[in-house]
Amino acid sequence: MMKTIVPVLFMIFFFSARAQVVEVCPTCEISSIQQAVDMAANGDTIRIKAGTYKENEITIIDKSLYLIGEDYPVIDAQMKGTALTIRAEDFSVEGLKIINIGTSHTSDHAAILVSGSKNFRIERNRLENIFFGILVEKSSNGVISRNRISSKAVSQAKSGNGIHMWNCKDLTVDNNTVKGVRDGIYLEFSENCTISENLCEANLRYGLHFMFADHNKYLDNTFDNNGAGVAVMYSKFIEMRRNLFRKNWGPASYGLLLKEINDAELQNNIFEDNTIAISADNTNRINYINNEFRGNGYAVRIRGACYKNVFSENNFISNSFDVSYTGNINENEFRRNYWSEYTGYDLNKDGTGDVPYRPVKLFSYLVNRTPEAIILLRSMFIGLLDFSEKVSPVFTPAELTDDYPQMKKIKW
Amino acid sequence: MNVIIMIVPLIGTIFGVMYYYNSREFTQLLLAQPVKRSSIFLGQYFGVAISLSLSLILGLGIPFAAYGLFKSPAIWDFTMLLITGLFLTLIFSALAFNIALSNENKIKGFGYAILLWLFLAVIYDGIFLLFLVYFQDYPLDKFSLAASMFNPIDLSRILILLKLDISALLSYTGAVFKQFFGTPLGTLASIGMLVVWVILPLYRLKKVVGKKDF
Amino acid sequence: MVSIQNLHKKFGPLKVLNGLELDIKEQGIIAVLGPNGSGKTTLIKSILGMVVPDKGEIIISGNNIKKRWNYRQEIDYLPQIANFPGNLKVQELITMIKDLRGKPAREQELIEYFRLQPFLDKKLNKLSGGTQQKVNLVLCFMFDSQLIILDEPTSGLDPVALLQLRKLIQQEKENGKTILITSHIMNFVEEVADRIVFLLEGKIYFDGTVEEIKTTTGQPDFEHAIAKLLSEDHV
Repeated sequence: MMKTIVPVLFMIFFFSARAQVVEVCPTCEISSIQQAVDMAANGDTIRIKAGTYKENEITIIDKSLYLIGEDYPVIDAQMKGTALTIRAEDFSVEGLKIINIGTSHTSDHAAILVSGSKNFRIERNRLENIFFGILVEKSSNGVISRNRISSKAVSQAKSGNGIHMWNCKDLTVDNNTVKGVRDGIYLEFSENCTISENLCEANLRYGLHFMFADHNKYLDNTFDNNGAGVAVMYSKFIEMRRNLFRKNWGPASYGLLLKEINDAELQNNIFEDNTIAISADNTNRINYINNEFRGNGYAVRIRGACYKNVFSENNFISNSFDVSYTGNINENEFRRNYWSEYTGYDLNKDGTGDVPYRPVKLFSYLVNRTPEAIILLRSMFIGLLDFSEKVSPVFTPAELTDDYPQMKKIKW
Repeated sequence: MNVIIMIVPLIGTIFGVMYYYNSREFTQLLLAQPVKRSSIFLGQYFGVAISLSLSLILGLGIPFAAYGLFKSPAIWDFTMLLITGLFLTLIFSALAFNIALSNENKIKGFGYAILLWLFLAVIYDGIFLLFLVYFQDYPLDKFSLAASMFNPIDLSRILILLKLDISALLSYTGAVFKQFFGTPLGTLASIGMLVVWVILPLYRLKKVVGKKDF
Repeated sequence: MVSIQNLHKKFGPLKVLNGLELDIKEQGIIAVLGPNGSGKTTLIKSILGMVVPDKGEIIISGNNIKKRWNYRQEIDYLPQIANFPGNLKVQELITMIKDLRGKPAREQELIEYFRLQPFLDKKLNKLSGGTQQKVNLVLCFMFDSQLIILDEPTSGLDPVALLQLRKLIQQEKENGKTILITSHIMNFVEEVADRIVFLLEGKIYFDGTVEEIKTTTGQPDFEHAIAKLLSEDHV
C-alpha cells in the first residue's frame, strides 16, 4: 500500500512543484515581468497584479508560460521597441494592458510579437497607442480573441496593423475590436484562418486585409467607417459570410475591394452606405448570393478581366449606381436579384418581372470612360441621357441584363 | 435638389419675363412721372425677385420646419440649399428682365427666355459632357472647374452636391472640387461668381434702360 | 421755357427727327402738327425723356434734361393712348400718382368736372375708351405745373367732354401756362392754338400763328391751308 502511495505522492509533489505560480506586482519581491519570466519554469503561471510596469523587450523563449494580468496591469513600453516577444509552444497571454509602442521605419515594433510558435492563446488584452498590435509570424494553431486594440493612426506610413499575421496557419481571430490603426486585421501568406465576429472601425486603410492568403474565411464581422472595409488581394478560396460593411465612405473608399481573386463565396453580407460597396478587379468564379446592397454610391463596380462571376438573389436598394461595368460581359451573370430601381411589371404574378432589368446606367458607363464626367452627377442632362439609354440602349452592354428581376425584396 | 436646380430658375425666368411684359403700360405711365428710370426698372426687378425669393423660403421652409429641421444637423445643408436657390432666383429673373427689355415682341421674348433656361439647365451640360469625352486624354479638372463656375446652375448643383455626403462619389474629380470649394477662398469665389451673375445682368439692365426709347 | 437744338433721332433705318430746332419762350398754346410719322410723338417723348435722342440738346427752364429726371416734376403730360395698368382702380391710380409727385393736387375738382365719381371704384380695364381718356385728363391736369404736354387730348371724347376739355385748356392758358398740344382735329387746333408748329420729315416746316399759315398759303380755311402746306412739299 505505502509502496504505491509514496511514488504517487511524490509525483504529485513533483508536478505541483513544477507548475508554480509566480506573482508580480510593483511592490513585490519580483517587481518586473522580465524578472518573473526569467525565474519561471516551463509550465508556470505568471500572475501580474495591477500597476504600471515600465518595461519593454520582455522576451519569452522556449518556455511554456501562462501570463495572466489581474485588473489589467499596464505595461508601458515608453515608445521603445516591442513590449512582449514570445517564441514558444503552449502559452497564453491574458488580461494585459500594453501601451505606448513607438513607431519605427526600420522594424515592426508590436505590443505582442509571436514568432515561430504553436498552440497559444492571446485573450482579453487591451492594446492602446500602439504601432503594431499583435504581430504573429510563422506560427500555427493559435487563438486571438476578445482583445481590444486602438490607436490614433494619422498617416499610413507611420502606422502599423492591429492584428498582423504573416506566414501562419490555423489561427482563429474572433471577437476582437480594432480601431484607429492602419489595417485592422492583416493576413499575408496565411492559410486556414478564421476571422469571425470582430469589429474593425475607423482604420486608416483597411478593416481586414488579405494578401496572398488562400483558404481563409471571415464571418460575422462588422467593418465600419474604414478607408476600405475589406481588401482581398491575390488570394484564392476565401469565404465571406454574414459580414456587415458600412459607412466606408470617402473619395477613395470601398466596402470590399477584390483584386485578383478566384473561387470565392460571398453570402449574406450587408453593404450599407459605402462609396463603392464592391470593387472587383480581375476576379474569377465568385458567387455573390443573398447579399444586400443599400444606399451605396456604387453597389458593384466591375473593372476589367472578370470572368464567370455570378450575382444571384441579391437585394440592390437605393444605390446611386447599381452596377458599373468596364469591358465585355465575359460570362458574368446577374439573375434573380431584386433591384429597387426596377420599373417593369409582372403580369403573370410569379414574382419575377417580365421585362429584363439593365443595371448599368449610361452615366456610369461614361464616368468609367471619362472620370471627370462625374461632376455632372444629378444634372438634368444626365437624367435625360439615362432615360433615353434605358429606353434604347446604345452604349451600355446590351446583354448585361438581369432577365429575372424580382418584384419583391428577397428574404433569407 | 433638382427642384432647386431646375424649377427655381425656370420660375424665375418665366415670372421675370411675364411680369415685365404685363407691366409695360404701368412702366409707360411711370416713365412720364418724375421718377428715375433705373429706379422704375430696378424696383420692378426687385419686386419680382424678392417675392419669388420669399415664396421659395416659405415654400421650402415651412415643410422642412414641420419636419423638425431646426433641431437637426441638416440645417446647414438646408441653408446652402436656400442660399443657392435665392441666388438662382435673383440671377434668372435678372436675365429674364434683360431678355424682355431687349425684345418688344412678347412671344419672342418668352421664347428666348425659355431657350436661355434650357441652355443653362440642359444643353450646357451636354456640351460640357461632349467636351469632357472628346478631350478625355488631357487633364480636365481645371477645365471642369472653370466650366462649372460659368454656369450658375452647375455651380449651384455642385455647391449643394458637396454639402451632401453623395459628394464622395465624385472621387478624384470631387477631391479637386472639394479642395477648391472647401477652402474659404473657394467658397468666396463661388459666392462671388453667383454675385457676378446677379450684378452683370443688372448692370446691363441699367445701361439698356438708360438708353432705351419707350 | 423749352429750347430744342439740332435734335436727331433714328429708329433703325428710319429718321424720325432730323435736326429739329424749336424755341418756346412764351406762354400760351402751341400746337404741334404734322402728318403721321412726322415725329410729333417722338418730339414730345424726347422732351419727356422717354425717348433718348441721338444728337442734340433739349433745355427746359435752363437745364439740359439729358440723364435727368426730376425736371419732370414740372411737366404735366397726357399720353396719346391711355395705357393704364388694368388691374388698378381709378382711385388707386390717382392716389398713386399723387404719391409719386408729392405735390398738392386738385383731383377732386377735376373728378367732379368730368363727372368721374361713379367710376372711382372701378378697375381701369373695365372703363370705356372715353372714360379712360377722362381719367387720363384728370391725372394730367391735377397738378399745377408750368408746362403741360397734351398728346392727342381729344381722342375718344364725346362732344360734351370735348367742350369741357377746351374750357379747361383755355383756363390753364389764362393761368399763364405753356401748353404743348398735338392733334389731328384741325378745327380744335384752329380754335385753341396761339402758335402752330408744323413738322415734316423730322424738321420744323412751318412755325407761326394760324393767321400766318392762312396768309402764307393763301387759303382762307385752316384745314385747306394745312393740306396746301403738305401738297406744296410734295410738289
